[in-house]
Amino acid sequence: MSEAAPIPVDPTPTDWRDPAMQKRIRRRYRAERRFKLIGLASILLSAGFLAFLLVSMVANGMSGFSRTELRLDVDLRPLAARLTPQQLAAPNAEDVLAQIDFETIMRTAADAQYGERGSRLFSPSGRLVIRDALREDPGLLARPAQLWLPAETGIDQAAKGHGPPELEARYRQLEGEGRSRVSFNAAFLGGADATDPTAVGIWGAFKGSLLTMAITLLIAFPIGVLSAVYLEEYAPRNRWTDMIEVSINNLAAVPSIIFGLLGLAIFLQVMHLPRSAPIVGGLTLALMTMPVIVIAGRNAIKAVPPSIRDAALGIGASRIQVVFHHVLPLALPGILTGTIIGMSRALGETAPALMIGMRAFIASPPGGVSDPATLLPVQIFLWSDEVSRGFVEKTSAAIIVLLVLLLAMNGLAIYLRNKFERRW
Amino acid sequence: MSVPVIAFLVLGLGFFAWLGARAKAAALAAPSVSRRPHSLPGYHGWYVALWAVVPALLFVALWAILSERLIADTVLQSQQAASLPALDMQRAAILAEARGLASGDSIRVYHEQAQLLAPVYARAISFYTWLGLGIALLIAFAGGAFAYTRLSPHFRARTRVERIVMALLLTASLIAILTTLGIFLSLVFESVRFFSMVSPVEFLTGTAWSPQSAAPGSTEGAFGAVPLFWGTIFIGAIIAMIVAIPLGLMSAIYLTQYASPRVRAWMKPLLEILAGVPTVVYGYFAALTVAPAIRDLGISLGIPASTESALAAGLVMGVMIIPFVSSMADDSIAAVPQAMRDGSLAMGATKSETIKKVLVPAALPGVVGGVLLAVSRAIGETMIVVMAAGLAANLTANPFASVTTVTTQIVQLLTGDQEFDSPKTLAAFALGMVLFLVTLALNIVALRVVKKYREAYE
Repeated sequence: MSEAAPIPVDPTPTDWRDPAMQKRIRRRYRAERRFKLIGLASILLSAGFLAFLLVSMVANGMSGFSRTELRLDVDLRPLAARLTPQQLAAPNAEDVLAQIDFETIMRTAADAQYGERGSRLFSPSGRLVIRDALREDPGLLARPAQLWLPAETGIDQAAKGHGPPELEARYRQLEGEGRSRVSFNAAFLGGADATDPTAVGIWGAFKGSLLTMAITLLIAFPIGVLSAVYLEEYAPRNRWTDMIEVSINNLAAVPSIIFGLLGLAIFLQVMHLPRSAPIVGGLTLALMTMPVIVIAGRNAIKAVPPSIRDAALGIGASRIQVVFHHVLPLALPGILTGTIIGMSRALGETAPALMIGMRAFIASPPGGVSDPATLLPVQIFLWSDEVSRGFVEKTSAAIIVLLVLLLAMNGLAIYLRNKFERRW
Repeated sequence: MSVPVIAFLVLGLGFFAWLGARAKAAALAAPSVSRRPHSLPGYHGWYVALWAVVPALLFVALWAILSERLIADTVLQSQQAASLPALDMQRAAILAEARGLASGDSIRVYHEQAQLLAPVYARAISFYTWLGLGIALLIAFAGGAFAYTRLSPHFRARTRVERIVMALLLTASLIAILTTLGIFLSLVFESVRFFSMVSPVEFLTGTAWSPQSAAPGSTEGAFGAVPLFWGTIFIGAIIAMIVAIPLGLMSAIYLTQYASPRVRAWMKPLLEILAGVPTVVYGYFAALTVAPAIRDLGISLGIPASTESALAAGLVMGVMIIPFVSSMADDSIAAVPQAMRDGSLAMGATKSETIKKVLVPAALPGVVGGVLLAVSRAIGETMIVVMAAGLAANLTANPFASVTTVTTQIVQLLTGDQEFDSPKTLAAFALGMVLFLVTLALNIVALRVVKKYREAYE
């Protein structure tokens, strides 16, 4: 070390008032400000992108929650010959109603009141509105009814300002006559997928997501917590434990589509579980979520101070009692936070669900975990492929629902963390 | 009566076993008894309940699989089934209908024979269900009774219950290994089948990808995956990183070095929201808003541009990756010892000079590790590229052109008509294998880089 080359020293002292030096300092300070600005700009750019994304979704999607309706006078009295109020009150009213051709009733009435081809102004789902009105109020068999039926998608879009000029003119005319109104689209929140954009709803996909998430939670949470406890508290340091740790860390980083391939190969091809069913989706997503819960759980357990364990052991608790009576309850808020974050990630996953066939067109909400179902994000993906302009707002509206759901889950996680997290 | 009902009954029985055993153990511990029992009454209860429930539930699980086959066999051997068509498809359809009818899931049928078979089915189902219930309850009783007779003051119930809990913990943690093994084996198994039809050399070096147009029997020139690998690297490792690395790194630097605590407290979660937005939302945004803008830009520049451009997918993916890069950079900058920063500032360096010449070089291994993790995340990302990147397997460096990626093709190959023996379907698993190995390698390298660097300062 002693033979290090001597550092050449500049003998002239630094003169801070020298113009060259002043210039250099100014240049360095300019560089400093520039660098800081670049940092600020990059963070504002990222935040701006997020804002742009959210604003464009809201701008496109809010109109999806409302729909245009047209007034139609419907005369159901001719049906009284075939139908009695008692039949409508009977338990098999659905079957009776299914045999009546409400579509023709709607078309005839529409053509009569809105002129030639007037029925084209109405959405095909209008017949369901007539049917439901009759079921609600069997009195309609005795008197003429005035109903508000959903307009077809072109008029609906024209009312929202996206239609071609001739349709917009037609809509203005209808509006002037007081025969149209815009109302809240309850069918969107209560219905399932359909081919016509005015008739689609997200309840089917929402329920599919709900069932799938329930299965995911039921499987991933116990397994995740138990393995976190084992690895953190009991596991001996040996090759097996290392293997478990390595595979958990790797699983957390495996692309989600690979889990879809696993689900396809194991659950569908080997175990022959039903395709497109929430049970398969739940199992696949559980395998994906489990490592997240294990990692969060281990961190939460690690944060419980050793003095708690020592105190419990000191008064004679067994090693199992130490963990289940003392450590686990104290670590639970952290574990729950991690679980919610893992679940919210699983809720937004699309690719694995596509692999196991959850992309079918499913027009009724699933009744159970083995019925064909679709998921909220998959429904968004399916609608995004549709060409009709009416689907753009429905897709964005579904995205709003999904984002609100995720925001609520993450908000809950943050609340739990702030309320229960203890600094030791 | 179905499997869940039987399982529920067994659990109910287990509850009563728990109550009974606990009561007996409490009596053993009565003050009149000279010696105190080894375990608390609750543990005796759990011991008996576990003996009653676990073997019975294992049997129920087994029976659920077995009874399906037994029922089907009984039905097929019945007289009514003799007239069934030999054709597999039709037979299966009739049997499924009869089954639906018998279990009350459906009311109407299309095949006459299903109507005929339904009562046979119903009889078989009820016979085997009751049989299963009987055996399950018998096993539960036997297990519970055996355990109950062992209870005594000297009996070490707690030790035994804890041994079972320990076994449960170990089993739970083995599931991770099983999952890894399951992924690996299913990918290897299907890939081997694929490579028996298509040579691996052609798959890894061929430049023509057109599985849809591959003639049956001939795989020549249809499965060259190089364009897919290029598309994946182009979008995920080049375009996305050009966006994500500067933005992520500069955001991290600003947040850790310049921002006031209040700004930091607000901006950091805001950036993390970017990572929490579902990828399908990014994909839709890319396809609906970004892609048309980019196409117009390309056309106005006079470059042949497609609606589904690599640039649109890559840009949006880059934005998605920003929080990963930023949080990794954040961690590794924070891990640089304070003394190094102080030394640089004391020498008269400005803040930005300290950052550029001291902090970033010192934190570089961590940043590189973070970037590698981000790349592995980007190339495994599916929805953005499926919705915005297109399907044309082009080998081009024009960011306005359409390229396709490994994940897009996996989705494409597995969502159409599915025959599981065609090279088309199996190719998806071979692509999955490549993707799995590459992301695994990236992760291992990244973690090693990060770990090595951390040790250097501790």
